[in-house]
Amino acid sequence: MIRPTHFKHGFIAALLHRLSGIALAIFLPLHFLALGTALRGADRLDAFFNLTHNLWVRTAEWGLVTALALHLALGLRVLVLESAGWRERTASLVSGCVAGSLAIGILFLLNAL
Amino acid sequence: MNPAWTARLLLAQRATAIVLAFAVAIHLATIIYAVRLGLNAGEILGRTRGNALFLAFYSVFVIAASIHAPIGLRNIFREWANWRGYSLELAMIALSLVLLALGLRAAFAVYGA
Amino acid sequence: MQSDTLELDIWRGDRDGQFQAFTLPLRESQTILDAVTEIQRTQDASLAYRFACRVGMCGSCAMIVDGIPRWTCRTRVVDVQRKGKRLKLEPLRNLPIVKDLAVEMRVFFDKWRDAKGYFEPGDTPPADFAVVAPSSRERRAADVAIECINCGICYSACDVVSWDDEYLGPAALNRSWTLVNDVRDQGQKSRLEAVAADAGCHSCHSHMSCTEFCPKALSPTQSIAGLKRETMRAALRGEV
Repeated sequence: MIRPTHFKHGFIAALLHRLSGIALAIFLPLHFLALGTALRGADRLDAFFNLTHNLWVRTAEWGLVTALALHLALGLRVLVLESAGWRERTASLVSGCVAGSLAIGILFLLNAL
Repeated sequence: MNPAWTARLLLAQRATAIVLAFAVAIHLATIIYAVRLGLNAGEILGRTRGNALFLAFYSVFVIAASIHAPIGLRNIFREWANWRGYSLELAMIALSLVLLALGLRAAFAVYGA
Repeated sequence: MQSDTLELDIWRGDRDGQFQAFTLPLRESQTILDAVTEIQRTQDASLAYRFACRVGMCGSCAMIVDGIPRWTCRTRVVDVQRKGKRLKLEPLRNLPIVKDLAVEMRVFFDKWRDAKGYFEPGDTPPADFAVVAPSSRERRAADVAIECINCGICYSACDVVSWDDEYLGPAALNRSWTLVNDVRDQGQKSRLEAVAADAGCHSCHSHMSCTEFCPKALSPTQSIAGLKRETMRAALRGEV
C-alpha cells in the first residue's frame, strides 16, 4: 500500500534497488544459459544474437542494462550510508545514482540502434 | 537461522557487493564497447577464446553473484512473501548452486569455444 | 471552510473503525494535541488518546497527522494544515489499536528488551565509578543517539516493521547501539547476538523513514548502520 511516507528519496531508492535486483536475479540464469550455447559453437551463439535484433528483446535488454546500472548505483548508496554518515546528502546522492544509471542505459540503447 | 549465520550472510552480502561493484562497472563498459563494435559471436569468441584473464574475471564475477543474489532474495521472500524456515534456506542454497553451475559453465563455454 | 474554523476527521474505534468529522474554532498557536483535547472536553468525552507532558518530553502523544507520524504536542495546526483542507488524525501504524487514537505499546517495548536495550552491569560490577571521557569515541557515538523519548514514531514509519512483525525496529536498535558504545556494559555478546539475528539490524534497508520523521532529529538509520558494522566485524573475527 502506498502511503504519504513513501514519497521520499530513501523509500524510492530502496524500492528501485530491490526491483532491479529481482529483475537481475530472474535474468541471470537465462543469460548464463544463452552464453552456454557457445558450447555448441559460434553459429548457435550467432543465432541467439540474431534473436536480439527483435525490438522486444532489444527493449528488454535495454531494461536489464539499466537495471544493472541502477542496482550498482543504488547498492553504492547503501554501502556509503552504512559506512559513513551521509545523511544530508542522501537525496542528491540518490538522484545522481538514478540519473547516472539511466544515462548508461540510454548510451547503450543509442549505440545498439 | 542462528545469529552467527545471519551475521555471516550480512558480511558475505556486503563483501560480494564490493567485488561486484568493480565487476559490474567493468562488465557495463565491456557491454557498451562490444555493442559499439556490433554484436558478432565470432568476433566476441575470437577475443575471449583461451583468454585466461577473461576466464578469471568472469569466474570471480559469477562466484560473487551466486553468493550475493540468493542473500538478497532471501530478504525479499521473508519480507514480501512471508516465506521463512528451512525450506527457504534450502531453496536459496539450491539457487546459489544453480547460478554458480550455470555461470561457470557459461564462462568456460565462452573461454573454450 | 471558513478561515476561523478547523475541520478534522478523527479515527474512531479499533482496527475496524471509521473516521468521524469534527469542527473546532481555529486558535492561535493551537497544536494538534490542543485540538484533540478541546474535542474531548467540549464535544465527545469518549474520544480516546494519550498524552502526559505536553512539552515534547514524554513521547506519549504521537499520532498520524495527514499520513505523517508526528508528536502532536509540538505540532502546530498552522504548520501542517494545507490551506482550506481538513486534517486527518489516525493512531500510530504497526501497533494494535486500543481505541481511537490510542495504540497498544507493549510490543514496541518488548522489542527494546529483546534487542537488549538495557544496561547490563554483569555479575561483578566494579566497586568504583567508571571514568568515561566525554570526548571518547564511544561516548560521542552514544550521545548522538541517546535522546530518544520512546514515542514510537520511527516504529510507526518503518516499512520493514510493516512487512516483518518480528523486526526489532529503529527505536530498539537505536537504543541497543547506545549500549554497544557503553564501555561499562558487560552484556555485549548477547546484545550482538540479539541484533545480528534475522529480526535484527541487517533487515534495515535504509529507507530512512525513521530518520526523516524522528521528532528529536535522531538518526536510527545511522545507529543501525553502526550495529551492522559491529556485526560484520564480529562475524569476521568469529565472535558471534
